[in-house]
Amino acid sequence: MKIYLDDRTLTVERGTTVAAAMLNAGVSVFRESVSGEPRAPLCGMGVCYECMVTIDGQRELSCQTLCQEGMRILTR
Amino acid sequence: MSAVPDVAIVGGGIVGAACALECKRAGLSVEVYEQSTVGGGATASGMGHVVVMDDSEAQFALTHYSSTLWRELAAELPAAAEYLPCGTLWVAADEEEMAEVHRKQSFYEARGVPVEVLDAQQLADAEPHLRTPLAGGLLVSGDCVVYPPVVAQWLLDQAGVTIHHQEIRALADVPAGIVVNAMGAAAPRLSPGIPVAPRKGHLVITDRHPGFVRHQLIELGYLKSAHSASGDSVAFNVQPRKTGQILIGSSRQYGAEHKEIDREILTRMLRRAAEYMPGIGALTAIRTWTGFRASTPDKLPLIGPWAGREWLATGHEGLGITTSLATGRLLADLITGRTPPIPAEPFLPLRCSP
Amino acid sequence: MTGFDLIVAGAGPAGIAAACRAAETGAKVLVLDNNPAAGGQIWRNDIPALWAQRLSNVEVRGGCSVIDDSILAHGVPIVLATGARELFLPFPGWTLPGVTGVGGLQALVKSGFEVRGKRVVLAGTGPLLLAVASLLRKRGASVTCIAEQAPRSALLRFATGLWRYPLKIAQGIELGGSLLGVPYFTDCWVEEAYGRDRVERVRLSGFEQDCDLLAIGYGLVPNTELATLLGCTLQDGFVTVDAMQKTWREGVWAAGELTGIGGVERSLVEGEIAGLAAIGELTEARKLFSRRAAWHRFASHLTGAFALRPELRALPRPDTIVCRCEDIRYNDLTRWTSAREAKLQTRCGMGLCQGRICGAANHFLFGWQDTSVRPPASAAPVSDLMES
Repeated sequence: MKIYLDDRTLTVERGTTVAAAMLNAGVSVFRESVSGEPRAPLCGMGVCYECMVTIDGQRELSCQTLCQEGMRILTR
Repeated sequence: MSAVPDVAIVGGGIVGAACALECKRAGLSVEVYEQSTVGGGATASGMGHVVVMDDSEAQFALTHYSSTLWRELAAELPAAAEYLPCGTLWVAADEEEMAEVHRKQSFYEARGVPVEVLDAQQLADAEPHLRTPLAGGLLVSGDCVVYPPVVAQWLLDQAGVTIHHQEIRALADVPAGIVVNAMGAAAPRLSPGIPVAPRKGHLVITDRHPGFVRHQLIELGYLKSAHSASGDSVAFNVQPRKTGQILIGSSRQYGAEHKEIDREILTRMLRRAAEYMPGIGALTAIRTWTGFRASTPDKLPLIGPWAGREWLATGHEGLGITTSLATGRLLADLITGRTPPIPAEPFLPLRCSP
Repeated sequence: MTGFDLIVAGAGPAGIAAACRAAETGAKVLVLDNNPAAGGQIWRNDIPALWAQRLSNVEVRGGCSVIDDSILAHGVPIVLATGARELFLPFPGWTLPGVTGVGGLQALVKSGFEVRGKRVVLAGTGPLLLAVASLLRKRGASVTCIAEQAPRSALLRFATGLWRYPLKIAQGIELGGSLLGVPYFTDCWVEEAYGRDRVERVRLSGFEQDCDLLAIGYGLVPNTELATLLGCTLQDGFVTVDAMQKTWREGVWAAGELTGIGGVERSLVEGEIAGLAAIGELTEARKLFSRRAAWHRFASHLTGAFALRPELRALPRPDTIVCRCEDIRYNDLTRWTSAREAKLQTRCGMGLCQGRICGAANHFLFGWQDTSVRPPASAAPVSDLMES
């Protein structure tokens, strides 16, 4: 299936989480911390909130969200 | 072994801390007793809103004077105090509430407080996430927001006083010339018979949503929802934090003694907020909590001597942060016999003695 | 929620076992989990076929968080099986992208993260390091080394005690085979991670190593937030239960890592007992007591062997971030004497995760215990709190 990441189009396997798809696409920075540090998934299980991105307009945990056809993901 | 201090303050909330600093500045020796965490009671659970109020002349005098002290202090406060000069915007939903806006306007202007009346469009421009249409509002730009626990600790650091982390079971146990009960809603535990009752409140804090709210927003509809009467009530009252977070309030309950969240009142409170700000439901809530205001029958605090060497600095209801600095000044003046900057009579506890 | 005989919070091994055993007696069971699908952190979408089949009579709702005690209002018995998260200990560089939990990396790989060709350093403690190393190798990663903080002597004592657990020996032999050739160091831990925008190099005790990923795992911390909100009693950080896995809160049972850390088999048997007990099948539940006792012995064996060494407390530098949500640094915290004081004075633990990461770290570093849990149990839309 296809998802949209910022200005890129990605092809992903069914059952892939958004976090995994983003890592596979080479994204290393998921969010900027309060003091401006780059951050990326830490816990992988919905606890740490480091993997928060905007998915179809909502702030979501990318590690807890499965990719859906046509999903739009913004890292900023 | 140190000598017995002139003043012992029981309660390390923001009121106790302000009293400690002012007494120290007045040349008294001071010690503070806090059984738990400095600023960990109502100081931590309130909103941290510094607001000039107009319910009575005495209330105005105290809040206005204290507000001035806050503005003087602002430059000195550490960044963690999260001082935010956002002003208060009183929101009017209809013409009846607009009449209240104009009444407030003349009250404040007559006493030298800068205010600005906003019409419906100006209100929408000032706060784009408010629902439309609303009638307008009154902006009191000198009001501000702080993070009180940090201020309480900072005031104590400035005072440089000894803090005893121990529980006091009787004021008679405290060695000092004067013992000040500054325990907020818990004050009657040490001073039985004082007219202070806990009034429970709920708050919700969100994740960082910078810009969603720009001013402290309070509905004027509380006039109709009887927020000032004795029953349980909720009101639209939201606040921007310096962090970009939003505090959502408010609720008032008498007779509720447990600190657990009351799901029914929380629901009512948030639905009221969503009536005014429909987008608020989509924000991310990260924590809810409750706290207890120290309320008095005439809505004025108790500041001054009570019985023998026992003094009071409590009963600040929802205005403890606003009036803490002025309370410290009044208390120190009363102890040392100086003339207070505003009349102290309306706040003297003896007004309530039977 | 009405119409069910049992609600299970958590769809990991303990929750699945509880749900299946209850459902097999004819009970109508609902399982809720905040992950998209059942499986929990250890199984993810690889639920063993045996359990997957048995789950067919159970309704599982993924992506569903229980945020407060209003779930008790339905009067339906509840089994809590909310599992555990990983313990993270701060060290310089631990906030760099590419540094994950060991279980975290396992979860990411099982949810589609491709690690083929990536150089991975695994560090921390316990058998999970080996299990994840094995998974990573199967997926084509190059595990450049495994650093176990425990001393060699403790591991030997652990290994010689394993004869009592034939299942574990079999698992160990299988793991050993898949890990041939991977350098394995004991008395070894990560001191610092380096990199610009992501981890590039790691300094371990006595040597440095280039890598693309660093996975660290210092053990597990139970997710007790919901149990606390429901009014269960905790002791030493775990939910207190009786022999039937019943908590001190009426109508609430607990199973798995919530009651103690000790692996899948322990969670499964506790889950089975809890599920049966919660619907009143006490005789069936009792039949499982001896199996549970065996896995409890194994768990205490495990805890002793992989105790954390005090040197790990000295890893943070003054400017090392401890609270990642609010970027609170080690030297911001040293003046304070409790979790509450640190929180009020510095914002440590006040962010989105509400101290779920730094809380356990601060317990290890400073001995602080943060017991204050308020709804929502995890961050949720404000509108969720408006539903009465």
